[in-house]
Amino acid sequence: MADQTIEIRWHGRGGQGTVTASKLLAEAAMEEGKYFQGMPDYGAERMGAPIRAYTRISSTPIKPYCQVTEPDVAVVLDATLLDIVDVTEGLKQEGMLLVNSATSPDQVRSQTGYKGKVYTIDATSIAIEALGRNIPNVPMLGSLAKVTGMVSKESLIHELRTRLGATMKQEIVEANVLAFERGYDGTKAT
Amino acid sequence: MQETQYVKGKFVALEGDRVVAEVMRQINPDVVAAYPITPQTEVVQTFSEFVADGRVDTEFIAVESEHAAMSACIGASAAGARALTATCGAGLALMWEMLWCASGLRCPIAMAVVNRSLSAPLNILTDQTDMMGARDTGWIQIYAENHQEVYDNAIQAVRIAEHPDVVLPVMHGLAGFVLGHTLGRVEMLPDEVVKEFVGSYKPRYSLLDIEHPTTFGAYDHWDYFFEHKRQQWEGMNCALKVIAEVGEEYGKLTGRHYGLVEPYMLEDAEVAIVIIGSAAGAVRVAADQMRAQGVKAGMLKIRCFRPFPPSAVAGALKDKKAIAVMDRSSCFGAEGNPVFIEVCSSLFQRGIRAKVVDYTYGLGGRDTVPGEFCQVYRDLLQVVQTGVAEPVFRYLGLRDF
Repeated sequence: MADQTIEIRWHGRGGQGTVTASKLLAEAAMEEGKYFQGMPDYGAERMGAPIRAYTRISSTPIKPYCQVTEPDVAVVLDATLLDIVDVTEGLKQEGMLLVNSATSPDQVRSQTGYKGKVYTIDATSIAIEALGRNIPNVPMLGSLAKVTGMVSKESLIHELRTRLGATMKQEIVEANVLAFERGYDGTKAT
Repeated sequence: MQETQYVKGKFVALEGDRVVAEVMRQINPDVVAAYPITPQTEVVQTFSEFVADGRVDTEFIAVESEHAAMSACIGASAAGARALTATCGAGLALMWEMLWCASGLRCPIAMAVVNRSLSAPLNILTDQTDMMGARDTGWIQIYAENHQEVYDNAIQAVRIAEHPDVVLPVMHGLAGFVLGHTLGRVEMLPDEVVKEFVGSYKPRYSLLDIEHPTTFGAYDHWDYFFEHKRQQWEGMNCALKVIAEVGEEYGKLTGRHYGLVEPYMLEDAEVAIVIIGSAAGAVRVAADQMRAQGVKAGMLKIRCFRPFPPSAVAGALKDKKAIAVMDRSSCFGAEGNPVFIEVCSSLFQRGIRAKVVDYTYGLGGRDTVPGEFCQVYRDLLQVVQTGVAEPVFRYLGLRDF
C-alpha cells in the first residue's frame, strides 16, 4: 500500500460528541489495519463552547503527536461556528470542507470563501429524527465516510455497534446506525 | 536463514492513560495506592474498575493525597510487596518528600507520571517540569514518545526497578493529553507473556520476612548516612547497564528494542536536535523535510534521563557542527535548562567543544509542529555558518512582546 495519510480537523461545540466521533473514526481505521490517532484539543471545555479534535489515519506508522495545522478535511458539527471560528485555516486547497448545515454547499462556500470541495449534510435534523436529540456526531461520521472513502461504511457501522453497544440499549445503538446511514446517503456536494 | 520469531500481540486502540492501566492489570501487582488527578485520572479510574471487576487481585488503596499514595507504596514495598502507582504534575510535587524516602529505602516502586505543568498560572496541560523537578530524588526516569513506548516502558519499568543490582524506584513519563488522552495504536502482549517477563518479585529484605528480621526507616546518624547515599549512587550507576539489558531482552521478545538513547538520521548529520518525549515525532518529520532539502539534519532522542547516559549522548553528538537541546521545563536560574546542562556536561567532560544552544519549548501544553523544528534546524545552520551560538538560551514558539 502506498504511504497515504489523511488528517482531519473537527470543529464542534461541547456536548455534540465531537471528540467521540474523532475517536470512533480512529478505531474503525484500526479495524482495517491502519494506523491512527484520535486527539482531542483540550481547552476549557464545557457544554456549548467551541472545541476542536483531530484524527490522523495512515497506511504507515504516524510520527507526529501534534495538532493538525494543515488538514485534508475540516468537519464542522455546528454551522454557527462558521461565524466565529476560521474553520478553513490551513485547510489544503485540494482538501474538503464538510459542514452540518441545512443550506447548500454553495452557500457555505460563499460564507467561508473556501475554494476546495464543499459538502453539507443536515445532521441536526437527522439526529433529532433518529435519536430525538441534537447530537450530530454520528450522521456527520456517515457523511465523512461517504465523502472521503477512507474508512468503509461497514467498518464504521461495526465500530458503532461494538462501541455504543457496550454501554447503550440495543434500540439506541440501532437508532445511531440509522442516523449514520442517513448521513452517509444524504450528503450534498457542489 | 531462519527469521526471528517475536511474540505476536494484539492491536488495540487505547488512550495513553488506559495503556498504563492495562499494563498494571497485566502485571497484577500486590498493591496499588493512588490518588486521581487530571490528566492521570483515567489510569486510576480504569485500574480501580479492574479491581472492582475482579480482574486483578491487587490490594487497591484509595488514599487521601499523593503524599499518602507514595507513603502507602513505600510501606507496601518495604513489607515485600510489588507496589505500583501513578500521578502527575502537582501530585508528583506533593509526593516530593516521600520520593526521597522511596529511593533512600531502596523501594523498587514503578510509577507512571502523566507529565503536567506546575502551577501557577494554573494549567493542566503537558510539559516536563514535574519530572525535571524530581530529577535529583534518586528515582530512575524514562520517557515515552508514543503509545507503544508507553506500553513497553510501563512493563520494563518493573524489571529495571527490581533488578538486584538496582533496587530503586522508576518513574516513566508520558505526555498528559498528548499521549494520555489521545487514542493511539498499541500492540499489547498476551497477559501471560507480560507476567513471565516481569516475573514475581523476590525482595532480598522485607519486613514480612520474619525469619530474617530487618529494620526499615531507622534514624541514620552521620556515622552511616553518607555510606548509604553512596550505595544509592551505586544502584543508579548500575541502572545504566540494566536499562539497556532489559531493553535488549524486551527487544528479543517483541522486536521492539530499547536503549538509553535513540538516534534518528544522526550518523551523517551535521546539525542535530536533542529531545525527550512526545515531541520527538514532530522532530522526525522536520528532519525528513530538511533532508529532502539537502540539509544533513538528525535527532537524538533521550529515553533515559536518570541515570543520565553521558557516554551514549556524547558519542552520538561528538562530530555534530551545531546542536539544539530542547527543554520542555521551566527550571529557573541556571545557565540552561536540565537537559541542556546534562548534554553540555557530557560533551565537556569528553573534551568535545560543540556549538550547543538551548531551546525552551512547549510549556503548559504549547503545541510544537514540525515546521517549528525546521526553523530550529535553520537556526543551527546559521550557527554553523557564522560560528556564533549566542544567544545560547532561546525560546521556540513563544509570542514576541
